[in-house]
Amino acid sequence: MSSVASTGLGHVEVKDATKVFPGRAGRQDVHALGPISLSLKQGEFFSVVGPSGCGKSTLLDLVAGLTTATDGEMVFEGQRLVGKVPEGVGVVFQEDSSFPWLTVQENVGFHLKQMGMDAAEIARRVDHAISFTGLGGFAKAYPAELSGGMRQRVCIARTLVTKPRLILLDEPFGALDQQTRLLMGDELLRLWRESGATVMLITHALDEAAMLSDRIGVMSARPGRFIDVIETGWSADRDSNIVSDKRFGDITARLWQKLRAESMTAMSGAQA
Amino acid sequence: MSKPGQIRLAVVAGVVLFLEFICRMGWVDTISLAPPTKIVASAIELVMSGEIRRDAFLTFSTVAGSIVSAVIVGFLMGLALHRFPLVRRFLDPFLASYYSIPTFVFYPFFIVMFGLNRIPLMAIGFIFAVVAMAINTLSGMQRVPRVWLRTAQMMRMSRIDTIRKVIMPAAAPYLFTGLKLAIVYSFIGVIAGEFILSGAGLGFQIAFSYNSFETAKMYGYLAILLTLVGGLNLYIYGLEKRIYERRGGR
Repeated sequence: MSSVASTGLGHVEVKDATKVFPGRAGRQDVHALGPISLSLKQGEFFSVVGPSGCGKSTLLDLVAGLTTATDGEMVFEGQRLVGKVPEGVGVVFQEDSSFPWLTVQENVGFHLKQMGMDAAEIARRVDHAISFTGLGGFAKAYPAELSGGMRQRVCIARTLVTKPRLILLDEPFGALDQQTRLLMGDELLRLWRESGATVMLITHALDEAAMLSDRIGVMSARPGRFIDVIETGWSADRDSNIVSDKRFGDITARLWQKLRAESMTAMSGAQA
Repeated sequence: MSKPGQIRLAVVAGVVLFLEFICRMGWVDTISLAPPTKIVASAIELVMSGEIRRDAFLTFSTVAGSIVSAVIVGFLMGLALHRFPLVRRFLDPFLASYYSIPTFVFYPFFIVMFGLNRIPLMAIGFIFAVVAMAINTLSGMQRVPRVWLRTAQMMRMSRIDTIRKVIMPAAAPYLFTGLKLAIVYSFIGVIAGEFILSGAGLGFQIAFSYNSFETAKMYGYLAILLTLVGGLNLYIYGLEKRIYERRGGR
């Protein structure tokens, strides 16, 4: 097993983090995550897989600064997170988060405008992001006029346009069909290569993790901890053609071997 | 014109023709109902002579005051109820039973508070409308998808910016419903107040014409009032429809 333990030198460091949600209306507290440690290298593509409810999204929220840990600490570029999202971090959520009252152009430029950037620079970056994500010709369209995949690309463009140094993706292709997922995966790899950002992808799709990642962290059933980390060994210029590579099957099989027992534990826990 | 629009127009024209016919044939008492042509002539006369001007100004300025205050206070109330769940839980039974209270019983109290002027009528319209706006604002806030709030958090937006740029546009359909109800309730409150409690305004003139057996004039006032209120509501409806179309129902 390759280590994910915090080294103190990574671009992102999670140190012995735990998250416990207080029980409501007399119910027991829910120990959702950890203690868990993680160190992400600058510019690496790291994916997290695990059974349902193991705390994958909670881990992403902690790394993003969207929530605070019950114990432990999160560090981004040497700065400890203090209950808010640090500058340089972009998140793409699983659900469509495009604003339906704004056009594609306005959605993509929304964060930049919020940051107080001047109009000419916003227009330049938005135009680039729109063509980059294949949304050219839809700049004036409203999200309701787009397909689910295109709306998700709007959200990706809105995040990437700010040039984040850490991109956190919470099952961004969860609602898409398999073919679209593969193509979106190719686009994501292209964007990752061009931006040079560190990426952390949360996914339940083992093939997606196997195809996209440099390393894959496998989490246990709740409370989630890393039980294995798999180095894929892919070159940076990979694309969806690697699904026909023998190694791709080996990686996916190894992921499933690790996850099968954990998924059964999670299912029996959910039924209990 | 769309098919439903054509049907609507045909039904209205049919009813008007039917009323004209039964009035002209003497099948209904002309004290009770004036023929539509006479109603229109009376409405035109009221407008052209300027007779309606003072009362219309009094009514519409009072209603406008009621709408503006109810929308602002109702919106702030909705925000506060959303922000403080404990207050919301405390007020829940009162809000649920609010419209069972006969609002007009407060008129003497408002006269004591504000004096014998238009403000008590405005207050009647206000208390009639404000809770509808507050409840709809609260409903809108409660239904803002969590992912939009998380997006705002990800963008490091301040609380004020989140309300202004995310929550308010997201809750717009509910705010529009609150606005429409505030308009309707303000008109009902003020006109009904004038009808039974006041010595001026369109509501008073309708009641006065009725008591003086000036049927055509009474219906003339009614026609003008309905045209203006209907026009205002159609305008709001058009705005709302444009928002819905743009959002594709989202």
